[in-house]
Amino acid sequence: MSKNPPNYISTTNACKLCTPLGASLAFKGIEGAVPYLHGSQGCATYMRRYIISHYNEPIDIASSSLSEKHAIYGGGANLKLGLMNVTQKYRPQLIGIATTCLTETIGDDVKSLLCEYDKEVEGEKPIMIHVSTPSYSGTHMEGFHNAVTSVVKALAGRDGEQDMGSGVINILPGFVSPADIRYLKEIAADFPLKATILPDISDTMDGAAAEFYEKIQPGGTPISAIAAMNSSVGSIEFGHTMGKDSSGVLLAEKFGVENTRMPIPMGISATDTFFDCLSRLSGLPIPEKHQAERGRLVDAYVDSHKYIYGKKAIVYGEEDLVVGLTAFLAEIGVMPVLCASGGKSGKLAEMIQQVTADVLPEQPQVHEGMDFYEISEMAEELAPDLLVGHSKGYPLAQKLSIPIIRVGFPIHDRMGGQRILHIGYRGAQQLFDVVVNACIAKKQSDSPVGYSYM
Amino acid sequence: MELLKDREKQIYRTGKEPFALSCDKDSLAGAVSQRACVFCGSRVVLYPIADAIHLVHGPIGCAVYTWDIRGALSSGPELHRLSFSTDLQELDVIFGGEKKLKRALFELIERHSPKAAFVYSTCIVGIIGDDVDAVCREVAGKTNIPVIPVKSEGFMGNKRAGYTAACNAMDQLIGTGDTTGISPYSINILGDFNLAGEIWLIREYFERMGVEVVANITGDGRVADLQRAHGAALNVVQCSGATMELAQIMEDKYGVPFFHVSYFGIEDMAQALYDVAEHFKNPEIMEKTRQLVKEELESLLPKLAFYKKALQGKKAAIYVGGSFKAFSLVKTLRLIGMNVVMVGSQTGTEQEYRELAEITDPGTVIVDDANALELTSFLEEQKVDLFVGGVKERPIAFKLGVGFCDHNHERKEILAGFSGMLNFAQEVYASVMSPVWRFTYQNGASRGKKSDITIANPNE
Repeated sequence: MSKNPPNYISTTNACKLCTPLGASLAFKGIEGAVPYLHGSQGCATYMRRYIISHYNEPIDIASSSLSEKHAIYGGGANLKLGLMNVTQKYRPQLIGIATTCLTETIGDDVKSLLCEYDKEVEGEKPIMIHVSTPSYSGTHMEGFHNAVTSVVKALAGRDGEQDMGSGVINILPGFVSPADIRYLKEIAADFPLKATILPDISDTMDGAAAEFYEKIQPGGTPISAIAAMNSSVGSIEFGHTMGKDSSGVLLAEKFGVENTRMPIPMGISATDTFFDCLSRLSGLPIPEKHQAERGRLVDAYVDSHKYIYGKKAIVYGEEDLVVGLTAFLAEIGVMPVLCASGGKSGKLAEMIQQVTADVLPEQPQVHEGMDFYEISEMAEELAPDLLVGHSKGYPLAQKLSIPIIRVGFPIHDRMGGQRILHIGYRGAQQLFDVVVNACIAKKQSDSPVGYSYM
Repeated sequence: MELLKDREKQIYRTGKEPFALSCDKDSLAGAVSQRACVFCGSRVVLYPIADAIHLVHGPIGCAVYTWDIRGALSSGPELHRLSFSTDLQELDVIFGGEKKLKRALFELIERHSPKAAFVYSTCIVGIIGDDVDAVCREVAGKTNIPVIPVKSEGFMGNKRAGYTAACNAMDQLIGTGDTTGISPYSINILGDFNLAGEIWLIREYFERMGVEVVANITGDGRVADLQRAHGAALNVVQCSGATMELAQIMEDKYGVPFFHVSYFGIEDMAQALYDVAEHFKNPEIMEKTRQLVKEELESLLPKLAFYKKALQGKKAAIYVGGSFKAFSLVKTLRLIGMNVVMVGSQTGTEQEYRELAEITDPGTVIVDDANALELTSFLEEQKVDLFVGGVKERPIAFKLGVGFCDHNHERKEILAGFSGMLNFAQEVYASVMSPVWRFTYQNGASRGKKSDITIANPNE
């Protein structure tokens, strides 16, 4: 059903970010970790600025600060100096080193350089994890997933098989919000289940006010927990568009930890799948509290369904988020007309088909490798009622005079991006109310009557 | 505080030892500098030229992190707010990006009919060796618009080198337009980026004085204005780092004299207008200037008195991109009763730091290219009430329970000019006086201190 998308040479207003940004955020979800970019100074500063504008939290990303002579003769010396300085200043448990287009292209062999560093430098050293993230290949999501996989590859099973008891699982949530992670922890605790959630940005990127400034924000997945991930009874991995070398697959192949991949649990159907899986892995029933939450959500769906039925939506952003959002919108009666992503997994259309086939009479147009110029061009013909995605869609929403439902990353034009809840029954409830009220508000503000009932 | 050894020489405390501060150095690896790169320097200077396309030649990151990055307003076209990229992929890196660049330029020029195109080289372009100059020449020849390469490979120096690249790019436009009809009492405004519409305010002042503004460089900038900018009688340069080299080039090539001004704060704003009036040695212009300053101050000063009283004796710290702005901020903060106890910048020069040391009180920390942890410890040590800085400095202040004034380039409030002074005072007041600080631990709150907060650990 998909028409041919516009196919331009240039990119205008990209709907993706670069790989090292995703890797930096993933490293921020590990306890005591400092992200480090092996490249020129600008990359780290730009990403910090971009990330701060969403989370309103300090994020220190170190850099090799390479200059011209390093680009010619190699950046090894600066890498080592930088690692030494970060170690001295931050006393991190772990340094997550992501490369950049510069160092990938000049051919710095980071792996060997780290071996050399290990031999040359005396004393206590943090764990060094290296991930290759040339920014000309993939998006921030590849950077994110590859960083997580590098961490699991280096640490899981490090201390051999652990006796964890039966109730420990791994949750690999991908790139969700701090609020989402906090909620995942609550769900696990309610079962009760012990869950190692990797990465965990719930405190590091949404920290509480504290008396003293911490050089490295507290929180994150403890390294000991990552090391024990090989001994969990199973892994749940959100997202279907990452490659075969995901961390869940790695744990399954290397250690036989059963891996269940599922879409990000957005909306009732996907969340049911998630709770069923938790129930199966724990051998425990779904806690009453969450059943009740589901019940209220169904009640809310019924109360408000007619305000949104048949509304046309354009959904954009990271591929896995787009899949989750599309499933949610489809089940509440909103009609996704275009699902667009800057990513290019080659799996987006298939995944959307899988999660919506039973509810959507007609599949939406699904396009990978899109930018906002192309989305905007298609929007003119599609005449959507809603945009659903991050804040960079705002200029399009303004042009079309339609509401934008802000989800995901980045939210640069509103406060509280870190607190948006997307997943589970509770996330669906919040998103649902936002969508319904956006439609009601639009009708109200377009009307000259000024009515005070719906 | 424990300093990295290589950083010690970039910090000075006023009044103790004779002035000595090392600056204009590459950032130290691993220090988490607040600086960006060469590309950033170029991109932000040329950014407000609104009828040109700004094509970033490289992988997607450089373009996407600078999309709509500044609050630089345009009175007409808004091409500057779009983020164009060649989005280089692995194969382009292997086989070269010239073909893609050429096709992208033709595509964008046909689509948008810009008055010029700027092509920014990023790190990778410098490494793979694309002949950007040749592509630009070819496309310029076929499209009949200036297509100008900006040599802004990120690793080729710091932000300052980016300013140079931007000035060299603008130099290629200047001198190519018709200058007939330009008044002998005419200026170019250099180094104002029209954040929140500031350049419109400044232009209005000059117009009230009877001075013609030929080109805005670069706030609300236009290619055609730049092309005839050499016909102006004087260059008035703000933000010394960004456009000073262009002023120097224009003096050497076209004999246009220049001087520095600042539009922040009453004293500097008035001085800027008087300096221009003085330059033209025209009694009528001088009289109009006096009248203007008088009118503005009569309205402003009574309003400021309230803020000065409220903020008297509060302590402030400053960390900005260029240290020239820091001078005005020191004076401005004093004007509203505050004491400056720390001042630093990403790219200041030795001369600027020396002068800062001269005008600040004993004990003031002066710092070049500070990093996040240094800033944190200075703010803690000096017990400040307000931090003035940009986006990256904001969360540091807030985590320390300190008020913050956004003096960044994405702000939506005018801080320049006489009316900007009032906005500045209001913003400082709003942050310093907010009741929310009662709940932060640094300001005396005790409920829920760290010992009471436990971070949920799933493995416990």
